[in-house]
Amino acid sequence: MTFSLLTLALIGLLFLNIGLGSVKIPLKDIIASLFNLEVSRESWRYIVLEYRLPKAITAILTGSGLAVSGLLMQTLFRNPLAGPYVLGLSSGASLGVAIVFMGAGLFGGAFSAFLLSKWSIVIASSLGSLLVLLAVMLASLRLRDTMAILIIGLMFASLTAAVVSVLAYFSPASQLQQYVFWSFGSLGNLSWEEVSVLGLFWTIGIFLSVAGIKNLNSLLLGEQYAKSLGVSIQRNRLLVILATSILAGSITAFAGPIAFVGLAVPHLIRQVIPVNNHSILIPAVILGGAILMLVCDIAAQMPGSEFTLPINAITSLIGAPVVIWLLVRKRRFLF
Amino acid sequence: MTENKPHSILKTEDLNIGYRGRNSDTIIAEKVNIDIFPGQLVAVIGINGIGKSTLLRSLSGVQESLSGKIFIAEKNLKNLPPLEQAALISLVLTGQPVSKNLSVFELVALGRQPYTNWIGRLTTNDLRHIKKSLRLVDIENLENKKCYELSDGQMQKVLIARALAQDTPLVILDEPTTHLDLYHKAYILQLLKKLTRKTNKAIVFASHEINLALQLCDKILLMQKNEIVMGSPKELVKSGELSRIFPSDLIFFDESSSSFKIKS
Repeated sequence: MTFSLLTLALIGLLFLNIGLGSVKIPLKDIIASLFNLEVSRESWRYIVLEYRLPKAITAILTGSGLAVSGLLMQTLFRNPLAGPYVLGLSSGASLGVAIVFMGAGLFGGAFSAFLLSKWSIVIASSLGSLLVLLAVMLASLRLRDTMAILIIGLMFASLTAAVVSVLAYFSPASQLQQYVFWSFGSLGNLSWEEVSVLGLFWTIGIFLSVAGIKNLNSLLLGEQYAKSLGVSIQRNRLLVILATSILAGSITAFAGPIAFVGLAVPHLIRQVIPVNNHSILIPAVILGGAILMLVCDIAAQMPGSEFTLPINAITSLIGAPVVIWLLVRKRRFLF
Repeated sequence: MTENKPHSILKTEDLNIGYRGRNSDTIIAEKVNIDIFPGQLVAVIGINGIGKSTLLRSLSGVQESLSGKIFIAEKNLKNLPPLEQAALISLVLTGQPVSKNLSVFELVALGRQPYTNWIGRLTTNDLRHIKKSLRLVDIENLENKKCYELSDGQMQKVLIARALAQDTPLVILDEPTTHLDLYHKAYILQLLKKLTRKTNKAIVFASHEINLALQLCDKILLMQKNEIVMGSPKELVKSGELSRIFPSDLIFFDESSSSFKIKS
């Protein structure tokens, strides 16, 4: 029941998202472009197929991917404050990107032009995330206490943030601005090629998460009980960290660090669907994350105007009041 | 009674338990030789810090023992794959970060995990076991409640039901009566006794409720500094072992009433 409502909302919002934008396009032409029929103006078809549709799909992929990784982290660390970035992935990514933007000036010429292309940012961001991921994985193999991993993740976040600050301090204003714009996050500007690469990583990440459903359910009882039910704590921990990193890492690489969605959506869903079984929670947060992101993207576009607001700010602007409202109403923040 | 059954459910051979250190091991108990049979209710009794939890953790395979052997249903614990072990031993622990947002049914259903498929789907057989466990501890009326709505005593029953749903011949409980009032302490221990009779499971629990344990248990495992003694309550009372478990300055064991009294 709730699921069909969520699915309907998702489909409705998808069309709304494609329908709205700075250029006004009549509904029949939007549908015509989507289904490859005759469109009044060829430029409209281009806008819908090459700009709005990939952007909407990116919104769905990022929203759902971040929401799932948030859920995974909250269950793994048994902490309602955990989100996709608690392991320091976004800090790793920002370090990589900061080095590219602020280091580009050092080289100059053709090489710096290459450095500033979209793919090099994606690669730098992935490498940064990967570095942090490897460090956290190594730590998780040595540590018996899962909570210690949380703290190590936070330490890596502080470390990389400090390095970024040092880089920023020595950078000229123009490069600093580029970096700041990246950190605002952006769903647009992704080519179909990039969307499909993101889609591939999304699929792998979701697949790994689904494989962990049963163990995640056991973890709701705490690690000792989970172990007594036959769960291998270490292997499960690795699987969950890997899934989160692939999801959150690839999303950050393509869309920049997007705050809040991963933390908030699992809580929102728990209020709507009162279950704890991850085989229901995972599909539900996928839908919920996608819906929230589409809404945020519509708001960020400010339909009818030329401006686009930074998506990273909109997610918090819309999400935070919702969570506060739910909390005050329910007076209970159990998970 | 079941005393003479040839198949033991839990048996140790020269078991040494403790913690492995970098240079030397900390030994908690040495040369533990115990033998527990189906249908027995066994209490592990000893002063605070003597190592009751360590013993139970070692017996349930959560913690590695230093040396010696543990046999569960005559299989060496060391060689048991995790899932097979989960089908033989179930645990009831205190102070675990159990998600209080789980409903009673959901929590008890998690006991079926070792038997369900990759995604944890409950079959009719699983549902039958869950219903049966809820009935055995008499909490069918709580089925749809959330855990945060329960009292400590009810929560303890739910955790016991979960262990029963796991359908293992051996159930190990670590201090199941902490935080409960005297009535509920007695209630839980009586429930455990009833379960051993009804299901023929062996139930081992650590407890500070010596007086209650002496009245209810088939066997008592006394943990003392240098040795572990196992015997029926009667044997232990007769041998005078009980008077030795606590320092003698404050309380003493009164044989005529089979209970501890304060020195006057």
